Amino acid sequence: MPFCRDHRIMTTTVPRSTATPSLRGRILRLAAAVTTPLLPDDYLDLVAPLRAGADLRGRVLAVRPETADAATLVIRPGRDWRGHTPGQYVRLGVDVDGVRQWRAYSVTSAPGPRNGPIAITVKAIPDGVVSNHLVRRTRPGTLVHLDQARGDFVLPATAPRRVLFVTAGSGVTPVMGILRSGALAGADVVVVHSAPTPADVIFGAELRALADAGDLRLVERHTDSAGLLTVDDLAALVPDHLDRETWACGPRGLLDALEAHWADADRAELLHTERFRPVVVTPGEGGTVTFGRAGVTVAADGATPLLDAGEAAGVLMPSGCRMGICFGCVLPLRSGAVRDLRNGALTTAVPGDGVVIQTCVSAAAGPCHIDH
Amino acid sequence: MTVIQKKPVNPIGHLTAEDIEIIGKELDALRDRVLAERGESDARYIRKVIKTQRSLEMGSRAVLLFSLFPPAWLIGTAGLSIAKILENMEIGHNILHGQYDFMRDPKIHSTTWEWDHVSPADQWKHSHNQLHHTYTNVLGKDNDLGYGIMRVDEDQKWHPMHLGQPLWNFLNACFFEYGIAAYDLELGRNLQKGRHKAPEFRARARAVGRKIRRQVLKDYVIHPLLSGPSFLSTLAATFTANMIRNVWSHSVIMCGHFPNGVETFSKTSIEGETRGEWYLRQMLGSANISGSRLMHIMTGNLSFQIEHHLFPDLPSKRYQEIAPEVRALFDRYGLKYTTGPLPKQVASAWWKVIRLSLPNRRTAMPAAPADERRVPALAASGA
Repeated sequence: MPFCRDHRIMTTTVPRSTATPSLRGRILRLAAAVTTPLLPDDYLDLVAPLRAGADLRGRVLAVRPETADAATLVIRPGRDWRGHTPGQYVRLGVDVDGVRQWRAYSVTSAPGPRNGPIAITVKAIPDGVVSNHLVRRTRPGTLVHLDQARGDFVLPATAPRRVLFVTAGSGVTPVMGILRSGALAGADVVVVHSAPTPADVIFGAELRALADAGDLRLVERHTDSAGLLTVDDLAALVPDHLDRETWACGPRGLLDALEAHWADADRAELLHTERFRPVVVTPGEGGTVTFGRAGVTVAADGATPLLDAGEAAGVLMPSGCRMGICFGCVLPLRSGAVRDLRNGALTTAVPGDGVVIQTCVSAAAGPCHIDH
Repeated sequence: MTVIQKKPVNPIGHLTAEDIEIIGKELDALRDRVLAERGESDARYIRKVIKTQRSLEMGSRAVLLFSLFPPAWLIGTAGLSIAKILENMEIGHNILHGQYDFMRDPKIHSTTWEWDHVSPADQWKHSHNQLHHTYTNVLGKDNDLGYGIMRVDEDQKWHPMHLGQPLWNFLNACFFEYGIAAYDLELGRNLQKGRHKAPEFRARARAVGRKIRRQVLKDYVIHPLLSGPSFLSTLAATFTANMIRNVWSHSVIMCGHFPNGVETFSKTSIEGETRGEWYLRQMLGSANISGSRLMHIMTGNLSFQIEHHLFPDLPSKRYQEIAPEVRALFDRYGLKYTTGPLPKQVASAWWKVIRLSLPNRRTAMPAAPADERRVPALAASGA
């Protein structure tokens, strides 16, 4: 029977699947001829910005404070949202002082029903234009722009039995998404989390409740009183840490130390890290940057990311996390040389090439031509 | 109008090179101040205008589906005319100037915007933003002076063709968007010089052709067809709306640089021009229109042509805010801030078109200024 049903569906859908697109295509072409020079979408956006087929957007349903400087935004994504895997992040675009700004934030909600709301949790960092806006000034009803969830800070298909999470500050956000998903139910889970004070622990109450219920072992490190967590501290707190599959998210210093420690123990394959803080700048020599299709040429020094140089010159640049993790800003380098601001690595292209570079962490190292 | 350097009394003769640079610095400071304030209110404003325009256009076209009924025809045509004017003036012209590029919204950006006009946005941006705004009122460089078909300055050479220019101007007003498309293509010059076979010109001409086809199809075929029995009356309505939009924008734009009091400049006077001198040329080469807030919006704030020419990429609603300060600057330096109500400015511009269709009277030609020292004031740095 199942076969017959499938067969019947196939025979009825096959002719329709060839007819539907052409009819749909014709209707779309007619609609576009009616609205030219605009697109039908431009009118539909006025009334149904979250519809299928629209640029992906989301409507903020609620803003819930988590700590003094962190808040969770509950967002209803548009119809084309494809869902997320716990631990992934989403690029979010929001207008701050009239200017569209894109940043990447971890999804902290568990995967829910299709088109159900998602949550992201944002910690306001000092002078952070977007984070402060999201935490303190965003109101329910705000329309934000989204990209599909991405990132490989996720559990493998078969969840490991013994897990360690090492997090600091807002580094707990992707981990919370994983914990809430229930994928680790029954596993031996340890969470070592650093925050300045108990009140600064994002999701503090929820984590403590999970620990009380015996779902995980929680080690809170309050750095104002106890100082920063060292690798030795970790070894003392979790003696079997090298036997656990470990996910770590936090500031660069912590992650660098952990990576070195796991590598020394020849266990690098068991450690997964997610970096969420801006990069260290290695100034280079700079040069003139040509954005070919935009027809703009600017002089940029060796410390200015190409993304900033382009934006300052009025070029409509794609952008994302602005810290070299999300690849939302990549553009082809057709010729010239750029330097990676994180490590000083030089990337060169000769005419004819199309080396894809991350403009948010690349600065000019001589004249370069960007295809954009 | 006469090239400023040939006037018996040079209107900037009293300014020293230093004065001109101070004017430039003051205007730079004014610009920086507006840039620092620019932000959310400008974004909200343009989005509101866009939303209003789209609702008005949709509503008017919906009403025109029943255009057989005279009241529907009248309301629909009026609404569509206003929508088209808003779209070209306050929205299209200003977005294509990059006034809202700062928003980084790919849907409201000079590089992605296309407008309800037969000249493709990229061609218009080149001839308007790059040529006209750079070489404003420089004879032989700024084709906006008479659009290459008319004589609007005593120093432009008279030709018998100019006898017909009141008629050319009237036709240009009625079909202004086609005039602009031809102008952006430099159609006349390219045909004259036999460049019409060059691949670059052909590609651009094809782009214009495609744009015209889409525009005509929408206004004169598809919407009338959608109106069913109201086919002909809807066709008449969209034709009328386009005509009203054309005449309106032509009138506003004529007021920007043609009325009495506006100065023109010779090619040599801009060699080695400083920032201050460039500002001064924009100040003297433009004229404003006075009127109500609604009138300013309907002109796309080109009624603040002086402010627009000083700062073409500032959001248009800012022009009104800075106008009193700009005017005070004119007064302080003894410069003429040309402005007047729309009918007066339109009449002044038309009178010039009519008057200059005839050759100059001998007596009208001013003698060379006696005081040669003052002549190169506008090119002080070049002197």
